[in-house]
Amino acid sequence: MRKACAGAASGRESSAWAALAQVEDPEIPALSLVDLGVIRFVRTQPGGVIEVGLSPTYSGCPATAVIRRSVAEALTREGLDPFTVTDVLAPAWTSDWISTEGRRKLAEYGIAPPSAPVASTQQLLQGDRPAACPRCGSTDSERVSEFGSTPCKALYRCRSCLEPYEYFKCI
Amino acid sequence: MSGVVDRQRALREYVLRLGDLSLVLGQRLGEWIGHGPAIEEDLGIANTSLDLIGQARFLLTYAGELEGRGRDEDAIAFLREERDYRNPTLAEQPNGDFGQTIVRQVLIDAFQFELYAGLEDSGDERLAAIAAKALKETRYHLRFSGGWLVRLGDGTLESHARVQHALDLLWPYTVELFAEDEVDRAMAEAGIAPRLAAVQAAWSARIDQLLAEATLQRPKEQSYSWFGKRGQHSEHFGHLLSEMQYMQRTYPGASW
Repeated sequence: MRKACAGAASGRESSAWAALAQVEDPEIPALSLVDLGVIRFVRTQPGGVIEVGLSPTYSGCPATAVIRRSVAEALTREGLDPFTVTDVLAPAWTSDWISTEGRRKLAEYGIAPPSAPVASTQQLLQGDRPAACPRCGSTDSERVSEFGSTPCKALYRCRSCLEPYEYFKCI
Repeated sequence: MSGVVDRQRALREYVLRLGDLSLVLGQRLGEWIGHGPAIEEDLGIANTSLDLIGQARFLLTYAGELEGRGRDEDAIAFLREERDYRNPTLAEQPNGDFGQTIVRQVLIDAFQFELYAGLEDSGDERLAAIAAKALKETRYHLRFSGGWLVRLGDGTLESHARVQHALDLLWPYTVELFAEDEVDRAMAEAGIAPRLAAVQAAWSARIDQLLAEATLQRPKEQSYSWFGKRGQHSEHFGHLLSEMQYMQRTYPGASW
């Protein structure tokens, strides 16, 4: 989609992607919005308006409003007016869309990245758990809490180095 | 001639029911914030509440658009009268102790789980999108509430007795969840919603499995005819509304 439009429009779309790759997630500043996979598309509407598709991670995530504002600020800063931000609900955002780079950044930041691709909702009802402790790499962990400081995370404790850590849940 | 209009009206009513269920349960769970038995449970309940209110926002916004009178999610959530709410009466029942909150939650989580699983394939694109999103979240809610039901039921004599009592108390309210009326029927026939009988069968199997693991007795079926989904609510609901609506009633249009 990014390459579909030629000329000036595609240049503005590339600038928009570059600008959005600099916008931090308000709750997990180690990740950019592009790393997180919430930017679904950047395209040019007839008349030259840049349209950015944005998905929420969780229905009630309070960061969504802040993210929308940050997107608008970044695009304005880059002189990409006029633009519009469209909410995209389907297909629903999944943790599978966190980029490889994003997963590396999460682990570096001390948050265990989502461990598995989301195969099916029924399967995940049985539970998912972090692959390894982001500090020492041990696979021996115990769950402290199903929910953490944000809707997207759970709390675990490493049974090897004994440190607590957050786990970005599969969804 | 009125077929399309009726279907539109039935769809609005149906979406309103779904939205009110999430809204009212989310409000009830919000009462726990700062009062949970441990910080992990406080967080768990607060996060579940947040998801439910997020889902309610999508659903009530959609209901407002279907209505076509310019009411937004806030107007619908905060400025209706008691009899205009369409949540099942189970959702508005008081929190009681932690065990009672967990029982109410398991019963509704399992219901929403099976319902959203069916709605994921809805012929209504917007509803399918909202359901697909909500289903992923409901999975975590059910894991949380189901895990606690088992721990409390199969816990001490005291915890077992308390959750069994809560189950006996709340069980009659589940009748309403599966009582199909003309709105449910119209939606099922239009390919928009799953048949409630199918939802009930899946719900019942899942609940039986959880109850067995929790060493709890499934209460006997009783008749029940008090339908929140038709606007007939229990005495508790007015009190819930007075707290939930206070800000918007006192300071109309106030926002953050």
